[in-house]
Amino acid sequence: MQSTSSSGIGKVIFSSSLGTLIEWYDFYIFGMLAKTISVEFFPEGNDTAALLSTLAIFAAGFLVRPFGALVFGRLGDLIGRKSTFLLTLVLMGGSTFLIGLIPGYRTIGIAAPLLVLLLRLIQGLALGGEYGGAATYVAEHSPLHRRGYYTSWIQTTATLGLFVALGVIMLVKSNMTDAAFTAEWGGWRYPFWISILLVGVSIYIRLRMKESPLYTKLKKEGKTSINPLKESFGHKGNFKMVLLALFGAVMGQGVIWYTGQFYAQSFLENTVKIEFMQNREIMLWGIGLATPFFLVFGALSDVVGRKWIMLSGMLLGVIFYRPIFNSFIKDTNVKEWQQREQVVSKQIDKKMVVKLDTVLNKASRFEIRHTSIKWVLANGSGFTESSTDTIGKATSALNTMAKKSNKPVYTDKVLSGPLKWKFIFLVFLMILFVTMAYAPIAAFLVELFPTKIRYTSMSLPYHIGNGVFGGLVPFIATLLSTSFANEPLVGLWYPIAIAALCFIIGAIYLNNTTDKNIND
Amino acid sequence: MIKFTVMNQLKRIMGFLWMILAPVVIYFLVTGALHNIDSAGKKDINKPIPWIIIIGIFTPIAVGLVIFGFYSIKGEYDKLPESSDEL
Repeated sequence: MQSTSSSGIGKVIFSSSLGTLIEWYDFYIFGMLAKTISVEFFPEGNDTAALLSTLAIFAAGFLVRPFGALVFGRLGDLIGRKSTFLLTLVLMGGSTFLIGLIPGYRTIGIAAPLLVLLLRLIQGLALGGEYGGAATYVAEHSPLHRRGYYTSWIQTTATLGLFVALGVIMLVKSNMTDAAFTAEWGGWRYPFWISILLVGVSIYIRLRMKESPLYTKLKKEGKTSINPLKESFGHKGNFKMVLLALFGAVMGQGVIWYTGQFYAQSFLENTVKIEFMQNREIMLWGIGLATPFFLVFGALSDVVGRKWIMLSGMLLGVIFYRPIFNSFIKDTNVKEWQQREQVVSKQIDKKMVVKLDTVLNKASRFEIRHTSIKWVLANGSGFTESSTDTIGKATSALNTMAKKSNKPVYTDKVLSGPLKWKFIFLVFLMILFVTMAYAPIAAFLVELFPTKIRYTSMSLPYHIGNGVFGGLVPFIATLLSTSFANEPLVGLWYPIAIAALCFIIGAIYLNNTTDKNIND
Repeated sequence: MIKFTVMNQLKRIMGFLWMILAPVVIYFLVTGALHNIDSAGKKDINKPIPWIIIIGIFTPIAVGLVIFGFYSIKGEYDKLPESSDEL
């Protein structure tokens, strides 16, 4: 089979990648705006809303994505790649746009979270069907010696989708007040509305594309699968390769991918307490600088094989995650900052709330004093020190009876220039590991399965590895940090263990050969 | 005839490990759920729904790991297919 010409393959890559990028963008903005969405649609104190919120978070990623892989994978093998990934794009774009149009809980009550949940589940379903289609479509147009390189463009989309989502949210947020952003019809809805424009353009481009040449040939010869699910998972010869793909490559890639791109951001924000905008700036730089390496490692995999590039990314994560995250904590010790640098300004803000003790003793009252000090140091760094003192007093004499001071909390840390660049470098390193583990995976999966059941067979392990193993990183991290409260890096043991296990399985069981003929 | 190399022997021996690992993972997930589900707690790990979903999705994955181990022991991975005809 003749592969597509250079200009033709450019169009194939562009049309496939743009749509996939938009689907990732749509999926991410929901997660990134989760706090605002939660206030708007899932108010605290309402048990049903809380249940729907949990379902929206967990079911979309863990249950519906693999299910979408099965539904659309099967469809892609039955009716063709092009129509199927066009359908996933319409579903994803439509549901994202509609989320942005749903009135809040205060206006339409429980219908609001129900609608959001439904649309979020459709998003998960569509995402489950998109990737396999796009990767297969590009691979089936590519010549053997460039398959890794061409499909690595598809691999950039997950990271670029994150980059665009971060950028759009930052852009909208920086042009309005917090109140305007979080209002019921405020700025947080703009990223959802923007999606419809992006999807419209992408649908137009995809409509002009032709079906994959390998699939077209198969269809002409009447050799397409009648039951792709049965052939993929009911036939031992193929099913054993699905298992090998999952345990020997994709589950490790999933945790490396999630830790570098999402856990790092959440760790910097919630554990290290870097200021909101600077945290996003660090992530944007790290992602932006590392993204071209998807193409580098994709191309390299055409020369040296897929296996050891993927496994090296995992091994580097296993070795360097703890030192990198440890550095994040050590370098942001504000006590050390204060000792090293001169104080430029110190802005104190005090608030007091008085509460009467009506339960134990009506003759006493409590004063809760909130003190917030905004420090700015000579090297440009800064932070906010917040403390709370609870003072119990007898109302008659107003003599201090008891004073309880909580440990001060340091938030909104702003890093000095050199330290910021060090953090950018560390994030860049972690994304570099992602590019190694992730760049060759599309070509690797495509080469593992025959054309007639390729879409189905590669989609399921990919979404279990990426969505389930990767998506579990924050949940298991919370679980571990609850059990080992004094160890801030304990959450890393999950991605480290899964990546190490996958490295061992991959190293022992996988071959480092490149399938020369995917035309079968 | 498949050459019985050291690597193939290792693949088969490791098969036992994968078969044992699967029920261990499910055991830890179930005990984790029992220890952490708490109506007074506010974190996700205190709610039953995430655990039900996670154990629900991990059970077939663990079954897959057992099958992977079983195939390894049986020598199914001694020689990986080089074309679709071998699948």
